Amino acid sequence: MAIYKDVLETIHMLEREHLDIRTTTMGISLLDCFGRDHRESSRKVYDKITRLAENLVKVADEVGDEYGISIVNKRLSVTPIALAAAGSTEEWLLYAKALDNAAREVGVDIIGGFSALVHKGCTKSDESFIDAIPYALSETSSLCSSINLGSTKSGINMDAVRRMGPMILKTAYLTREEQSFGCAKFVAFANAVEDNPFMAGAFHGIGEAENVINVGVSGPGVVKTALEGMENASVDEIAETIKQTAFKITRAGQLIGREVSRRLGIPFGILDLSLAPTPAIGDSVAEILEVMGLERCGAHGSTAALAMLTDAVKKGGIMASGHVGGLSGAFIPVSEDNRMIAAAQDGCLTFDKLEAMTSVCSVGLDMIAIPGDTPAETISAMIADEAAIGVINNKTTAVRVIPVYGMKEGDTADWGGLFGSAPVMGINRFDSSRFIERGGRMPAPVHSFKN
Amino acid sequence: MKAIITVIGKDQVGIMYRVSKVLNDLHVNIEDVTQTIMQEYFTMLMLVKIDESKTDFKQLNDALSALGDEIGVSIRTQKEEIFDTMHKI
Repeated sequence: MAIYKDVLETIHMLEREHLDIRTTTMGISLLDCFGRDHRESSRKVYDKITRLAENLVKVADEVGDEYGISIVNKRLSVTPIALAAAGSTEEWLLYAKALDNAAREVGVDIIGGFSALVHKGCTKSDESFIDAIPYALSETSSLCSSINLGSTKSGINMDAVRRMGPMILKTAYLTREEQSFGCAKFVAFANAVEDNPFMAGAFHGIGEAENVINVGVSGPGVVKTALEGMENASVDEIAETIKQTAFKITRAGQLIGREVSRRLGIPFGILDLSLAPTPAIGDSVAEILEVMGLERCGAHGSTAALAMLTDAVKKGGIMASGHVGGLSGAFIPVSEDNRMIAAAQDGCLTFDKLEAMTSVCSVGLDMIAIPGDTPAETISAMIADEAAIGVINNKTTAVRVIPVYGMKEGDTADWGGLFGSAPVMGINRFDSSRFIERGGRMPAPVHSFKN
Repeated sequence: MKAIITVIGKDQVGIMYRVSKVLNDLHVNIEDVTQTIMQEYFTMLMLVKIDESKTDFKQLNDALSALGDEIGVSIRTQKEEIFDTMHKI
């Protein structure tokens, strides 16, 4: 029977090439929990999450077992918490702890949504929220935070960008015992998407339904293996193979996602096919670029190769699922990709090359360790650059840099597990402070005259 | 419910017999089977039909995994749908 060839191919993908469902993320709206009394509101938040997500882990594991594909992470995303009314760090911490406790109670490893949307301006509440983020990240274990600082429609909120540098440095200081790990749980976005299932940037957008299941599929190893036999193929042949492979992976995710959603009685939202590397050998996006013919990720040609990869992955994914969403493409988190770590150690992959690559990958500057003495204004300036790439090019961009307290260029930060380890990268030491201190709001870009 | 059982491991006497015995004990019907030796590895694929009124999926999966551990081969049991979905448009 013809199906047996497909069976063996699938088994090969699962056993040797790390095909998995990276995450099943349940989105939960908390809009009906927010009231004037933050004590009562945070209690409602805890109660609602623990009630709705009670069976998520159990059902996801059952479905994974039946189809023989493991669902590696079970996660939650909630309405951006900054929409609740609170006015002090203590009050915001009540929410942070309610979320963290709820995540622990239902057995998920991460909960995202300690977030604010300030792309056009900050409310009073948003300002106190930003001040509370370092404390929230250092006093919880499974909480992730994000802020949307700009959008193609509204420009970039440079006042908020200015606040990011000091906030990130404070987080790095408060979590200095864990090599500033708190910063790995915070993402500064431009054009953030409302249905992203991947962490640390997941939140449940305000345009979303009450409760939804979003699925994130990965599989860089599968793509790499598919390209290995194609030494003499032209670029368009490679693109076609990536597309077909992306199709197969997405279909697996679609089936699993629909089944989880059916059994939980919660609508299926979107499927996000993102090649998301892990530190495991053979689970690397950089290695795909190497198989395409680059000596190391970061060599000239890397941006072109990554652009083709991201685009082909999106095309295959869109064909395979009725609702593709989230970020869908290729992630380039330095510390989570063993070939990217090697390229950084060799001096081939630099901060500036990474920035160029983010103009074509699906997100941005991700999991990059930088020296602990990086000035706050320089961090804000990195975020401004990245936001500008996103806003002008109408794509999502993000920054997740970790100024590792006490470390300098050439040291290695090691956070273990999925977060991996990263050599502390050199950065441009010239001063950006006068530009950042101006603050204000960068106007929205023009949408015609595209050159 | 239909499922595909994949057995891969070092060839030895009685693999097919022991897998079939588990299926028989759990009232699972074998609809198709193919078996070969690939690079010294015993590779067997079975299409089976599970009578859900008598056996649930988890029971079958657990019994076969236990057998796999006992005789030192990998036995995977997966619902058939996953393969159809991934490889057909």
